[in-house]
Amino acid sequence: MENIRNFCIIAHIDHGKSTLADRLLEYTGTLSEREMQDQVLDNMDLEREKGITIKAHAIQMNYRRDDQTYILNLIDTPGHVDFSYEVSRAIAACEGALLIVDASQGIEAQTISNLYLALEHDLEIIPVMNKIDLPHANPDAVADQIVDLIGCKREDIIAASAKEAIGIREILDAVVDRIPPPKGDPNAPLQAMIFDSVYNSFRGVEVYFRVFNGTIRARDVVQFVATRRVYDADEIGILKLQQQPVNEISAGNVGYLISGIKVASEVKVGDTITHVDRPGEPIKGFENVKPMVFAGIYPVDTSEFEELRASMEKLQLNDASLVWEPETSAALGFGFRCGFLGMLHMEIIQERLEREFGMTVITTVPSVQFRAVMTDGSVRLINAPSEMPDPTRVDHIEEPFILAQIITKSEYIGPIMGLCMDKRGILKNQHYLTTDRVELSFEMPLSEVVFDFFDKLKTISRGYASLDYHLIGFRESDMVKLDVMLNGDRVDALSAIVHRSKAYDWGRKLCEKLKDLIPRQMFEIAIQAAIGQKVIARETVKALRKNVLAKCYGGDISRKRKLLEKQKKGKKRMRQVGNVEIPQEAFMAVLKID
Amino acid sequence: MAGIYVHIPFCRKACHYCDFHFSTSRDRQREMINAICRELVLQQDYLAQEPVHTLYFGGGTPSLLTADELHILLDTIRANYALQADAEITLEANPDDLSENTLSVLRQAGVNRLSIGVQSFSDAILESLNRNHDARQAVDAVRRSRAAGFTNVSIDLMYAIPDLSMALWEETITTAIALGPDHISAYTLTIEPRTYFGHLASKGTLIETDEETAAAQMERLADLLAAAGFEQYEVSNFAKPGFESRHNRAYWEHQHYLGVGPGAHSYNGVTRQWNISNNPLYIKAIRKGRVPFESETLQRADHINEYLLTSLRTSRGCDLERLRLDYAFDLRADRMTYLENLRNLGLATLHESTLQLTRKGRLLADKIAADLFVSPTEG
Ligand SMILES: Nc1nc2c(ncn2[C@@H]2O[C@H](COP(=O)(O)OP(=O)(O)OP(=O)(O)O)[C@@H](O)[C@H]2O)c(=O)[nH]1
Ligand code: SF4
Ligand SMILES: [Mg+2]
Repeated sequence: MENIRNFCIIAHIDHGKSTLADRLLEYTGTLSEREMQDQVLDNMDLEREKGITIKAHAIQMNYRRDDQTYILNLIDTPGHVDFSYEVSRAIAACEGALLIVDASQGIEAQTISNLYLALEHDLEIIPVMNKIDLPHANPDAVADQIVDLIGCKREDIIAASAKEAIGIREILDAVVDRIPPPKGDPNAPLQAMIFDSVYNSFRGVEVYFRVFNGTIRARDVVQFVATRRVYDADEIGILKLQQQPVNEISAGNVGYLISGIKVASEVKVGDTITHVDRPGEPIKGFENVKPMVFAGIYPVDTSEFEELRASMEKLQLNDASLVWEPETSAALGFGFRCGFLGMLHMEIIQERLEREFGMTVITTVPSVQFRAVMTDGSVRLINAPSEMPDPTRVDHIEEPFILAQIITKSEYIGPIMGLCMDKRGILKNQHYLTTDRVELSFEMPLSEVVFDFFDKLKTISRGYASLDYHLIGFRESDMVKLDVMLNGDRVDALSAIVHRSKAYDWGRKLCEKLKDLIPRQMFEIAIQAAIGQKVIARETVKALRKNVLAKCYGGDISRKRKLLEKQKKGKKRMRQVGNVEIPQEAFMAVLKID
Repeated sequence: MAGIYVHIPFCRKACHYCDFHFSTSRDRQREMINAICRELVLQQDYLAQEPVHTLYFGGGTPSLLTADELHILLDTIRANYALQADAEITLEANPDDLSENTLSVLRQAGVNRLSIGVQSFSDAILESLNRNHDARQAVDAVRRSRAAGFTNVSIDLMYAIPDLSMALWEETITTAIALGPDHISAYTLTIEPRTYFGHLASKGTLIETDEETAAAQMERLADLLAAAGFEQYEVSNFAKPGFESRHNRAYWEHQHYLGVGPGAHSYNGVTRQWNISNNPLYIKAIRKGRVPFESETLQRADHINEYLLTSLRTSRGCDLERLRLDYAFDLRADRMTYLENLRNLGLATLHESTLQLTRKGRLLADKIAADLFVSPTEG
């Protein structure tokens, strides 16, 4: 156990965690040259395509030094705020963390939030200043920032370049020398914490765990404490690039377990694995992840509902953070109300449904979770505009608020304040990290932040702003349900819950946007926005006048048919609501409102 | 019942809008005619000796054919196909070619229907289209045809052209009516890639006529011609009673036809095929005794969709019983709400088993057909 080190790599998005992991794997000879590729741990298609890490990845390395072989269990984590729960899981399985800071960008919002997560768990922090090869790197200033933030000594910071393989040995030595070996008793009753699970269509659910006490052996009979389920440990092993079965894994080490579990929901990340005949105490795990954004997902083709359900179930095997329940919409038929960690997560789920399962889906207007406090004092949770109760029975509505931390250059303070005020934000704190870098803290409604806030923030700060946020609770707000009617029929999937002060503006802009998005049809379409019975905005899509080619085709009828077939294909993503055909983008129009 | 189409791929000059297959270099015209004759022989079994009721010389510009060329083509057809004595024999002609002499050659050869490419009676418009004739020649050509004894004369008109005002369009239609043709085909200008207009449009210097103007001109045309005794028997075709083009009708009713010459299309009930659109390559292949074509076998959905597409454009409409019997497609049952909708919007009527578009519906014929299309997987 003295030779085991468990550590994770944490940082702000894009600061080079996965690339640094590549170098560590390379240096320790964990992968062959043939296996090596950039950000090798980002093995999901979407991760490779988007160039970001979505899921944490664990891998074991052997590092030889002075006749000693050390077992280093590394977990690479994502930097995007939507996936911060992945970071907290990784942290719970480690004794130390490499905190990477980009030498050209300095400390950003997730540097701070992830550092605090690690400190809460008493992890040993090794600060690494990465990308020192960049011509515009600013190592001195960034080193000052790091010293200020962590309270470490300058000499503790390792200057590195994951790209040029600078500082890699220093990092490995620091991991060995500075991170304490795990504590625990291999002979005590088994206590292993599940920190991740992955679904494999051949082998079922693979459970990743960290043993705190005791020893788990292949073919043991084990129990998951929270679910009380009992399994045979068919196979246990360690996580190399490929899994490597072993006979036993003892206190301090990390491994995987395969026991024929077919349903991912049977596995609760954070649960404790123990032996049936000699149970250990459950370890304190961590809270379930809470979805931040809710939206409906519907099949474009109504007959594909069951297929969509099957696809969602499979997706959930891989992504326990996705939650959903069936929902019906008058406009869209049968679908699912889904909870996501954020907009990126939602986008990823939609893309995965389309790519991996060949589904064409419509996503409805995203919404946060509101609370309606009823006149009788009871509280109802509102995950969709359609769940908004009759206003006469509602005492007041509460909406989730967050504390947003924005780090930017001082020259952008003005515009950022403006943006945040516009989003109903309240400035709580302003803290200079250096003379020209400042951390602003706002309390803001989550609903104003989840959609396009980050994009706007990046635009007005020319990219020099980073954002982190966490929920701080619910607050009373004057929210109203804004309905959209097409030719007088309410289209429930287009409704939204908005703050009263913004309802008129929203209604007008939404109608304008829909007018652009809804193609002309055989009849005129009136688009109206209404609060209750009161119409607050109106636009009209004129009827189509002419759609016929008066052209001489001779005997070339196939060409004409193909032309029309092609046009028709282009409209596949249209959804018929009443008589009106609505393109898929229309349901997301709300996101594009300024 | 079958038809034959002969494609004459030569023109004097290129009209700015035209994407038909033709060449303006005519030195190999005679070789081409020989090749087409050879193709006629090679293809003699294509129509399985069905009686041929319509023969159509299109192009290109078939009025460029010499007397000789026309005769050998007709002789070859008569020798190899069951061309009926009362067959409709149409020839497309440009006004500038229709001298008295040419007209009498055509008559003698047996051509009994002329389709004259008038397009406009405005010199400015004709000029802008790069036509090879002026308004005077167009009027004369029609009159001379009559004088030469042609009792079935059609003229082509074109609208939705930039600079064609409503007033000018009305004047064009009135002039056309006054000339007393038996049939009028009227097409909207469509801007095609690989034409001069297409080139201008891609540079942004030519702007396609807007939908509202095109629709208004189309309606005006239908109204004026209706008042003058023409029936709009198809979106672009108008005829005095008894003068509908039998050849076109055969296309829409999916009768069999053989097309010869480069770029020509054929249909035998199972496959559609089309010859290579390249004069030298066509001649070269035919000389080797091979017809250079590509083909496609129509699937059930293709048959249905093509029938929907063509029949909804005609005044006869779409015979739902035929779709049900021939292709096991029960449109009435499968598209009930849509049909209801069309009727409520005044776009279509349904009598017995015939679905017909109204005047307003005809303007949307393509969209309606496409909406009704079946997908290959649909039962
Ligand atoms: N010049 C330079 N570029 C680097 C270095 N390390 C990483 N990069 C680049 O920075 C970008 C982001 O690298 P990643 O390793 O994917 O960053 P990450 O922190 O894993 O990103 P997320 O997982 O999405 O949070 C890539 O384009 C890398 O090539 C470095 O040391 N020098
Ligand atoms: S419109 Fe007729 S004459 Fe003009 S180029 Fe085309 S085929 Fe030739
Ligand atoms: Mg990464």
